[in-house]
Formats: sequence, structure tokens, C-alpha cells
Amino acid sequence: MNILKFLEPFTNENLMNGKGSRRDSFNLFGHLGKNAALAAVPFGLAGLTSSNAFAADISPTPATPIGALQLALTLEYLEKEFYIMGLASGVIPTAGREEKVFMQISAHETDHVTFLIAGLGGSGSANFVAKPTFDFTVGGTFDPFNATGIGKTAAYAQFLALAQAFEDTGVRAYKGQASYLISTPDLLTAALQIHSVEARHASEVRRLRGLKGWITGNERGAGMPAATQPVYDGEQVTTQAGFNTAALFGASAGSESFDEPLTTAETVTIANLFIV
Amino acid sequence: MKNEVKIHEVSSSTLKGRREFLKISGLVVASTGLIMMGCNDDDNPTADDKFPGIRNGKFDLGGNDLGVLSYAYALEQLEADFYTKVVNASNFTATFNATERQVLTDLYYHEVIHREFFKTALTGALPNPSVQLLPNLAFNYGSLNFNSRNEVLATAKALEDTGVAAYNGAGRLLSNPDYLLLAGKIVSVEARHASAIRSLINPNSADFAGDDVVNTTTGLDVVKTPSQVLPIAGGFITTPFTAQFLP
Repeated sequence: MNILKFLEPFTNENLMNGKGSRRDSFNLFGHLGKNAALAAVPFGLAGLTSSNAFAADISPTPATPIGALQLALTLEYLEKEFYIMGLASGVIPTAGREEKVFMQISAHETDHVTFLIAGLGGSGSANFVAKPTFDFTVGGTFDPFNATGIGKTAAYAQFLALAQAFEDTGVRAYKGQASYLISTPDLLTAALQIHSVEARHASEVRRLRGLKGWITGNERGAGMPAATQPVYDGEQVTTQAGFNTAALFGASAGSESFDEPLTTAETVTIANLFIV
Repeated sequence: MKNEVKIHEVSSSTLKGRREFLKISGLVVASTGLIMMGCNDDDNPTADDKFPGIRNGKFDLGGNDLGVLSYAYALEQLEADFYTKVVNASNFTATFNATERQVLTDLYYHEVIHREFFKTALTGALPNPSVQLLPNLAFNYGSLNFNSRNEVLATAKALEDTGVAAYNGAGRLLSNPDYLLLAGKIVSVEARHASAIRSLINPNSADFAGDDVVNTTTGLDVVKTPSQVLPIAGGFITTPFTAQFLP
């Protein structure tokens, strides 16, 4: 889930203080090669009954630039792994639009993980956070990779639904973190630049699923499991800074025209559904 | 069930004027129209209050948060005008299929809403909107054929990608976190738009988030400063204006 892909990790303290030049920051990243090492992630169904609390659950991150970056990285880990596993599973139709779409999305998520790890100072940094163990089946509720043999078509439908949930969550989670980056304008800008990529992803995944690219009211949309409703609650608002966005063309258009934030706590709750 | 879309040009003049908006940062909106800051002295730029307004005969967008909001308002005026012309083009129903018409109609709705949001927000936040609110701009699309699917979609793509780059570049210029949040709420919708238009142009591809806009090393989207955006957007705007206080 590319939720908070913002925050270029800068090791240069001046950049953290907003004093470094943007050119310096981007030159840092020019030296980053793509991290092509794919961790061998053991895949297995948890087989657990639904339990909302695992010892490995992440805690809410502090309301600071580093905290925002750490939460972002965690969500990036989730999406990176989800898409790598999806592409390896064989459930995504090949040779056409679907494969091209998810290869592009996967490449972006992988790039974002690399970017954020470097920004936190590398894997040896005190600010580094490791990848949690994910369970995309949510204790056996889902089978997005056809591991239990529900069939590729059914599994792909679940993969698509989870992809939509992850991307829409990502867009919203960023907004909840942006204000923590006001003091670090280079990081804020990078965060915005990742956030908009997430929104491009979300739009395309939704449209692949036969929905509009934008969110109407608090509708999770056809085929989305009820468990994903928290991703969409709050999106129905039609008042923005006192302006009634529904006045001109109705509540659907009004709610679609603005996306809404998620708080750190809300983001963590959603992420923890997939962490064991 | 026929979903009738009432297409009409929503002019800013049909909407209510000033409301008391944006008490977000505790800014108390003056209801008397008095200019709260010092006078604008063109001969002494260092004393300029940087509020939006006429300077040397041309409207300047101003600086600081209100300048950034005026900048966004200008871009939304352009997008709203463009899509209004798209959905009202004589052959709209023949030029585009049902999915495309739905997308373009939604973009028309959203951009008009964005435009009117900024107009209202600025009217409430400016000390003297009667002289400080960016006027309704005039637009000229030259030989653009609004009954050409390819020309319309290509222009829409350029406008949406430019909007994304503009908002991404503007975030750091805002000091009020409430304004930053509002800009953030809009930019992701613009990016959803851009993705959809690109996908309509080339569905069997990665163009929705193509390598021409998303960096292939970092995965970051385009970003532009106001001085990079305005020459592009300005190509369609015939009303002269300046942006001397925006980078």
C-alpha cells in the first residue's frame, strides 16, 4: 500500500532543516540504484481465527517528519510485497493491460521503498524501520494469490479489491501526514510527488474494476468486501472550509472533487489488518 | 434509466458573493472592505504587501498563501473553462463514447467546483476582495477542435498533468497547514483525472502513470514551480497577469 510515499529521506541534516538545495537532495538519489533484491518472503496462510491484535502490530508513529516517513515506509513495504507476490502468483492476466498496469505499479512501489529507506538514513540508521510480516489473506479471509486453489479468476478479483483498498488508503493516509512535513519543505515536496503517484494508481485500479477513478460519497464500490469500508468512511463530506461542494452539481460530484485524509491512528488500524 | 446531465456554463457571477469563509487560522475577515495592510507602493517594492491586485496596470497574483491560492484559482479557472467547452461542444455525444462522456462530464463538474471553491475561499480570506480577487480570466484555445477526440484528450492530459505538477510544487509555498491540506485534497483528484485521461488515450499500457511523468528511479511524480507552470498554462489565457511574487 503506497500510502505515504512522501518524504525523501535525506541524510543531510541541512535538508532535514529545509536548508539544503533541492539539487543536492536529488543528486543523492541519482546514486541510488534500483534495489533488485527480492526478499524470499515465505507465503503461508496464517490459519488463525480473526484476531485484531498481534504482537507485531505497528504502533502509531509520532507527528514528526521522521514519524511520517516511518509510517510511509511501512505502508510502502506492504504494497511492494503485495504486488511482487501478485505478479508471481499467476493470477494477473498476462500480455495485456492488467499485466502492464501492475508491473508499473509494482516498479513504483519498489522504488518508493528504496527511496524511503535511504531517506531514513539506510538500514543501519536509528530511524530505520524494518519490514513487518504481512498476511494478505487476513487470517484466511482472502486468497488474492490463489494459494488455496479458489481459482485464478476469483483470486484475481480479490487481488484487485485489495489493490484498490491499498491505493485509496495510501492517498488518504498521506493527507493525514502532510502537515507534519511543513517544517521540512524538501521532504514535503517529495511526499506530495509520491502521493500523486498513488492517486494515479488508485484511479487506474478502480477503473480496471469498472468503477470511476474517483471516490463517490463513502462508497467502497461494487465487489469490495465490507472489511474495506473503513477505507472510505469520511469521504462523503461535501463541505470544504465552509464551501458547499454539493451546491452546484449534487453530493456525488461534490464528494468526488475532494479526497479526505486519514489520521495516523486510522492508517495504523488499517495497516495492522495485514500485519502479523 | 437515462441519466440526463444538465450542461450549463456555471459563471462565477451567478454565485453569491462574499461569504465569511476561512476563519481557519483565526483570520477575522473584515466585513467593511477596508484594506488592512499598507498601501501598495509600486515605486518601493520592498514595502509591497504582496496581496493580489493590480500593479502597473496588470493583475498580479500576489505572494505568500493568498498568492498561492490565487495561482491555484487561475489554473482551476482554465480547467473549468476548458471542460465547459468540451461538454458543450456541438458533437460531444458523437465524439466520445459513454465511458468517455462520463469521465469528461465528471471532470467538468470537479473543475468547476474547484474553481468556485477557490473563488469563495479567496473572497473570504482577502482583506479587500473587490480589488484583490483575481478577475474572471479570458481564454483562447486557438485552432483546437473541441469535436476532435484526440485533440480534446491530448489537451486534457496536458492540463491535468500540469495541474498535478503545479500543486506538487506549490505545497512548500504554503505556511497555513489548513491551506496545505486543502491543496492536498485537490491534487490527488487531479492525479486521478490525469490517470483516467491517459488511460482513455492508451488503455493497454502503463501510461496512466507513465515514465514521462513518474521518475523511473525514485517513483516520484512531476513537480513544477509557478514560473514553470504559468508559461504553459498562460498559452490559453488571454488576460494579461503577472506573478512576480511567486517563484
